[in-house]
Amino acid sequence: MAEILKMVHEIGVGFFGALLWSLVWVVIKVVLLLAPVLFIVTYITLAERKVIGAMQVRPGPNRVGFFGVLQPLADAVKLIFKETILPVKADKGLFILAPLLTLVPALLSWAVVPFSPELILADVNVGVLYILAISSLGAYGIIVAGWASNSRYAFLGCMRSVAQMVSYEVSMGFTLIPVILITGSLSLVDVVEQQKDWWNVIPLAPMFVIYFISVVAETNRSPFDLPEAEPELVAGFFTEYSAMSSGLFFMGEYANIVLVSFLGALVFLGGWLPPMANPIFSMVPGIVWLGLKASFLMFVFLWIRATFPRYRYDQLMRLGWKVFLPVSLFWIFLTGLVVQLGRWA
Amino acid sequence: MEQRKEFQNYTVNFGPQHPAAHGVLRLLLELDGEVVERADPHIGLLHRGTEKLLEHKTYLQGLPYWDRLDYMSMMSQEHTWVLAVEKLLGVVAPPRAQFIRTIFAELTRILNHLLFVGAHGLDVGAMTMFIYCFREREAILDMYEAVCGARMHAAYFRPGGVAKDLPEGLAEKIRAFAEDFPAKIDEYESLLTNNRIWKQRLVDVGVVTAEQALDMGCVGPVLRGSGVAYDLRKAEPYDAYDKVDFDIPVGKNGDSYDRYLVRVEEMRQSNRIILQCLDKMPEGDCKLPNFKYSIPKRDDMHSGMESLIHHFKLVSEGFAVPPGEVYLATESPKGELGVYIISHGGSKPYRVKIRSAGFNHLQALKVMLPGHMIADVTTMMGTIDIVFGEIDR
Repeated sequence: MAEILKMVHEIGVGFFGALLWSLVWVVIKVVLLLAPVLFIVTYITLAERKVIGAMQVRPGPNRVGFFGVLQPLADAVKLIFKETILPVKADKGLFILAPLLTLVPALLSWAVVPFSPELILADVNVGVLYILAISSLGAYGIIVAGWASNSRYAFLGCMRSVAQMVSYEVSMGFTLIPVILITGSLSLVDVVEQQKDWWNVIPLAPMFVIYFISVVAETNRSPFDLPEAEPELVAGFFTEYSAMSSGLFFMGEYANIVLVSFLGALVFLGGWLPPMANPIFSMVPGIVWLGLKASFLMFVFLWIRATFPRYRYDQLMRLGWKVFLPVSLFWIFLTGLVVQLGRWA
Repeated sequence: MEQRKEFQNYTVNFGPQHPAAHGVLRLLLELDGEVVERADPHIGLLHRGTEKLLEHKTYLQGLPYWDRLDYMSMMSQEHTWVLAVEKLLGVVAPPRAQFIRTIFAELTRILNHLLFVGAHGLDVGAMTMFIYCFREREAILDMYEAVCGARMHAAYFRPGGVAKDLPEGLAEKIRAFAEDFPAKIDEYESLLTNNRIWKQRLVDVGVVTAEQALDMGCVGPVLRGSGVAYDLRKAEPYDAYDKVDFDIPVGKNGDSYDRYLVRVEEMRQSNRIILQCLDKMPEGDCKLPNFKYSIPKRDDMHSGMESLIHHFKLVSEGFAVPPGEVYLATESPKGELGVYIISHGGSKPYRVKIRSAGFNHLQALKVMLPGHMIADVTTMMGTIDIVFGEIDR
């Protein structure tokens, strides 16, 4: 592996020159990372329709390709070739910018997500912090979309989503603090490696539950999909969007789901570590374990959507501020105490 | 002059083009943030002039218009018309026809309440309910199809009985469905009844006290949800309802959750009625043997002069109804569905007035909504179970 890399570097430097090659190399790496991510994002739409279809005793899409495997492509082609309607009253510049503002942060976070100890685009030592910082940028896209649409339903949707994302950002952040306390590092690689003995989900089970519920709320998914609650606000903040501009919102949403599922798998479920030290389990590459764990979390996202009714706005806020926040604060205190006692002992 | 800027409330046009507007409801909502200050339901977008049309049709031709009033509980609507016409004529349908009509009226009640549970679930965000309920609706619609050929607009009940006897094997099919159905209701309930979110969304939302309900003319499950045990099937039994045993479920608090529970229990009771009717159903005619009112058999028409004349007279001129006035109401799934007919003799009514449950329930919306949040608007639209066909008529 290392030799192949060295060879590629030599050819690259010979072809582009040292300075240009370093830039081209970054671009190559980004493409190599984003292509699979976008592939997962497109195919989770199919997975969603299939899984929910199965839960609702119906087959789901099965006409385009075998078992509907080409359905996401058909959807993408349809969305791209449809007309993007710009409402007369909308603020045109911001209206077009908004979908990008949601999608780009969702993709940016992937830079620090490790797939194995070596397979990581940027192994920064503040990975967790970076993800928290970038993912809160996603709220701007929604605010801008709701505001620039100049429509009443869109405005109500964006008001809701701002309140919701800000609240649940807090509780999501607080659930990660105990993990950081245990690890003593903000690097995601360290967080995973520290889980060799037991996964964080065992000592921090309540935190994992709160983390998962918070990210469901954070990604505006059912039963917390208030910003786009269909029976109430038509489509919420993207009521006025059409064709690919609304498709970008969906991509951003799904990219976020995939991201938080991977993050949950890394932080709480031991990332690429096998479930137990077993020679057969160890033979399976770590990235497969990570993929399985993340897929399970994504499945739970869909499962929840097919099962639960939607929360009401005030109930959602109550849950966030009056239940999750005190509980997670208490756990931070408890974890800190245990870690400190362990250090003294 | 002092310049003052005031914050204006936000007015939203909720429908008629809205994913949850239940047909063509147009609701003007004045919002203070998320809270509804004033709600103003508008009607008339589905006005088809049914009452006027009925004046220009014979009694038999008028019948299919009733399917289209509340197009979610078709045969129950026919029931009112058929019974009212029978009362004007002074005839009584043969016992077997009465039992068949009771069975199908109760199947229709299940049909309607299934849609209620499904659509209400969808409004509140539990989308799987909708599809589960439609699975069972499909079975009932198949029974509709078996009995009259149409899945929705049946035109099966006729003054003096029903159009045709049950086809072979249908009674067993209905029995199999009815025996299986309580387990399906348990399945729905396992998804909703004790679900915390479902309860949070429904309990204490849209409270109507018994007094308010009576004042506003609420009927059916809305009235019973508020604790008034009023059911026309018990109060003024018609057809076979006095020959079967069933209970009237009643709510306590008059909130959306109670109304949901009442409807779920009504499905179980309907199921009971269907099973009893199947046991007690006698053999015999399924329509009046007097062919002055009911269309003769096709076979007789081919061989008998008399039958051919009757058929010709009935489908062209229609039967003559003696002069008189009648008000008759039945317990449709949505509540009391009444009709006032004035006949001046002849084969067409002089005037028909329909009293639909949904119209009164819609005005209750105006009382229920203010002070609630915008998410509750959809809950409440679901809980009163409106269909615009019968409101605008």
